[in-house]
Amino acid sequence: MDMATVLPVVWYFIIGFGVMMYVLLDGFVLGLGILTPFADDEHQRDHMMNTAAPIWDGNETWLVLGGAGLLAAFPRAYALVLSSLYLPILLMLIALIFRGVAFEFRFKAHTSRWLWGLAFHVGSVLAAFAQGVILGALVDGIAPLPPGQVHGAFDWFSPFAVMTGVAVVCGYALLGATWLILKTEGRVLQIAFDLTRPLMVAVIVFMLIVSASLPTLHSALMHRWFTGGNFLYLSPVPLLTAVCAVMLWRSVIHRREAQPFVYALGLFLLGFIGLVVGIWPNIVPPALSIWAAASPPSSQGFVLVGAAFLIPAVLAYTVYSYRVFRGKLAGDAGYH
Amino acid sequence: MLTAEFLSRLQFAFVVSFHILFPAFSIGLASWLAFLEGVWLVKRTDLWRDLYFFWLKIFAVAFGMGVVSGIVMSFQFGTNWSGFSVVAGNVIGPLLNYEVLTAFFLEATFLGVMLFGWRKVSDRTHFFATCMVAIGTLISAFWIMSANSWMQTPTGYVIKDGVFYPDDWMKVILNPSFLVRLPHMVMGAFISTAMVIGGVSAWYLLKGRFADKSRATLKLALAFLAIVIPLQIVIGDMSGLEVREHQPAKLAAIEARWETRSDVPLTLFAWPDEQAETNHYAVDVPQLGSIILTHSLHGEVKGLKDFPADQRPPVKIPFFSFRIMVGLGFAMLGLALIGLWRWRRGTLEKPWYLRAWVAMIPSGFIAVLTGWWVAEVGRQPWVVYGVTRTSEAVTPLPVGSVLASLITFVVVYLGIFGAGLYYLVKLFRTGPVAGPIKQAAAHQTPARPLSVPQETIEG
Repeated sequence: MDMATVLPVVWYFIIGFGVMMYVLLDGFVLGLGILTPFADDEHQRDHMMNTAAPIWDGNETWLVLGGAGLLAAFPRAYALVLSSLYLPILLMLIALIFRGVAFEFRFKAHTSRWLWGLAFHVGSVLAAFAQGVILGALVDGIAPLPPGQVHGAFDWFSPFAVMTGVAVVCGYALLGATWLILKTEGRVLQIAFDLTRPLMVAVIVFMLIVSASLPTLHSALMHRWFTGGNFLYLSPVPLLTAVCAVMLWRSVIHRREAQPFVYALGLFLLGFIGLVVGIWPNIVPPALSIWAAASPPSSQGFVLVGAAFLIPAVLAYTVYSYRVFRGKLAGDAGYH
Repeated sequence: MLTAEFLSRLQFAFVVSFHILFPAFSIGLASWLAFLEGVWLVKRTDLWRDLYFFWLKIFAVAFGMGVVSGIVMSFQFGTNWSGFSVVAGNVIGPLLNYEVLTAFFLEATFLGVMLFGWRKVSDRTHFFATCMVAIGTLISAFWIMSANSWMQTPTGYVIKDGVFYPDDWMKVILNPSFLVRLPHMVMGAFISTAMVIGGVSAWYLLKGRFADKSRATLKLALAFLAIVIPLQIVIGDMSGLEVREHQPAKLAAIEARWETRSDVPLTLFAWPDEQAETNHYAVDVPQLGSIILTHSLHGEVKGLKDFPADQRPPVKIPFFSFRIMVGLGFAMLGLALIGLWRWRRGTLEKPWYLRAWVAMIPSGFIAVLTGWWVAEVGRQPWVVYGVTRTSEAVTPLPVGSVLASLITFVVVYLGIFGAGLYYLVKLFRTGPVAGPIKQAAAHQTPARPLSVPQETIEG
């Protein structure tokens, strides 16, 4: 096999890994933003936000890696997806701006504190929703176009994409709630415990609806799942998902404080694997394959050499920074 | 008139002009913070710690705004410039990817330790985190200047089916304009930051506040500028020679030269008229153009008429922007030199001189912005110089989409910018008050440190 065959496969997994890291890590930060209205007062909102203040920036960087990685390794996919989903991307960017500056401004504000709290919440909800819509539109399929043409401004719109938008809001909220269980105590911990099981039910329901609707989509994403004996080989994915859900439920009943987050991450991971398996070997369903979208080996190879050393290094110092800020955060004290 | 291309260009100009201010400030501030904390580690006096925490709060705001506006940039190439992404993604993508992997993660991760880890890690580890952030900002500048310089002076590629393929990465990264433009930008960032540091110090001295701290930082800014601005002028001159060699049409626009000729005058001021291909109200200094642009008395400079009309950049924006940039450069140099002289004579704190500093706080940023306008407008009509036209790079989006996004960006950015500026002014009003002191028992309690970097500001 030559490099032009192998490298796109490697990059498919690197970008998949980057996007997954983003979804998991910024997922819980966006999730706690989605949950801030459940706090009783500004004090508890501080408590929630403080758990993420030192690490949110690094988490969001995985999104930039996803964007830059896609441009470097699959420039045609980058161009097609971003230009076709212009308005959802715009919504996501604007929402992320408000969410991000709220971290800086809210703690400096006095009279307008509530306003930046609101910006943080609405920004988190809309960013999550936009990411869900982008996911839904991608799974639904974006047909490749000849140069000089572009899809209509609202071609991405479908009930399915709106549904996945809501699903991701619930999913991130679940991640956020379990993160708060891990990192807080007192009243916020109680709130997080109360929210986790309803959110988990919502997430499981959405996972079932998405799975059931996949065969109706243009991209025929489910073909891989049901052709030949594939379902047998792939059956561990739904099985493990069920196991994760049960374990999450039990860990909340038993008031475990670390396990719920781990199982929520597991649910996301499995859902993500399910989609990646379905999309393969396309990078943009239904027709743009990883080989058709790939940049040449001279580009992919050049970045791969660096990425092989740099991604482990990034992971190492990310782990370090999480260790610096490990442990519970008391309600009456923050970094601020 | 309102084509998707025009609106996309306007949008890109707006979001990138907005964005560049914050990285420029962050590049300067990060190194400044590393300096302050390094001095504090040696001297261990409150003065240096208080200064560190004061500027750390400023840095947090500037960095945060740089991050959120930077994420927008990483998507613009796909949303609005998908033609460019397809044609040049093979070359530009890897450069940006290296920027993320070597710089963005480093900055973002250690920023958390820097802002919130004061009582969680040792002094030396904290200093290490500050240095990592500072190095990250410089590495980021390296890659982004490499990518932009490659678009100005592309080398190391072959073209197949209208698409760029990298051929020699060393030639791509170290392209001809990169080695002058990188130091030019980094020094521009340092100068802009030093102007703010000196200007804010001067303001405190005028108000009679934080006199010891402000005297120290004003002198530091002054000494730094007196060394770096002359260097910057030399590099700027080298940049001019490079532009003459690789982008002669840009140079002709900068100088509003229409005819190719020797013994070129320097046009101090004029109103360039692109229709009539001439300058009105020109104020020329004979021979000076040749001397500056070619370093010889009779040197030849190409005129715009040598280029077909569809290969000429707009003239007015590069012409005026360049004059503003250079004018401010010399004004800042004058401020620094006068300062050195007054420092020697012990009259540094005369109110009029301090007021001049305060008035000139934004001049570095204005010079950075106008400098970028020269570089980017002067490159037109090309997006990859001499090969790919801007009109081929744009996504053929519906006009309504781009109009909607442009209006959204303008409204949101002005709101965010206004808020950011408001909080920065509040921080400056509070000033370098006492920074947080480590408590011996802090690490034993589960409660997090009340590190002051982001405490609520009263008022």
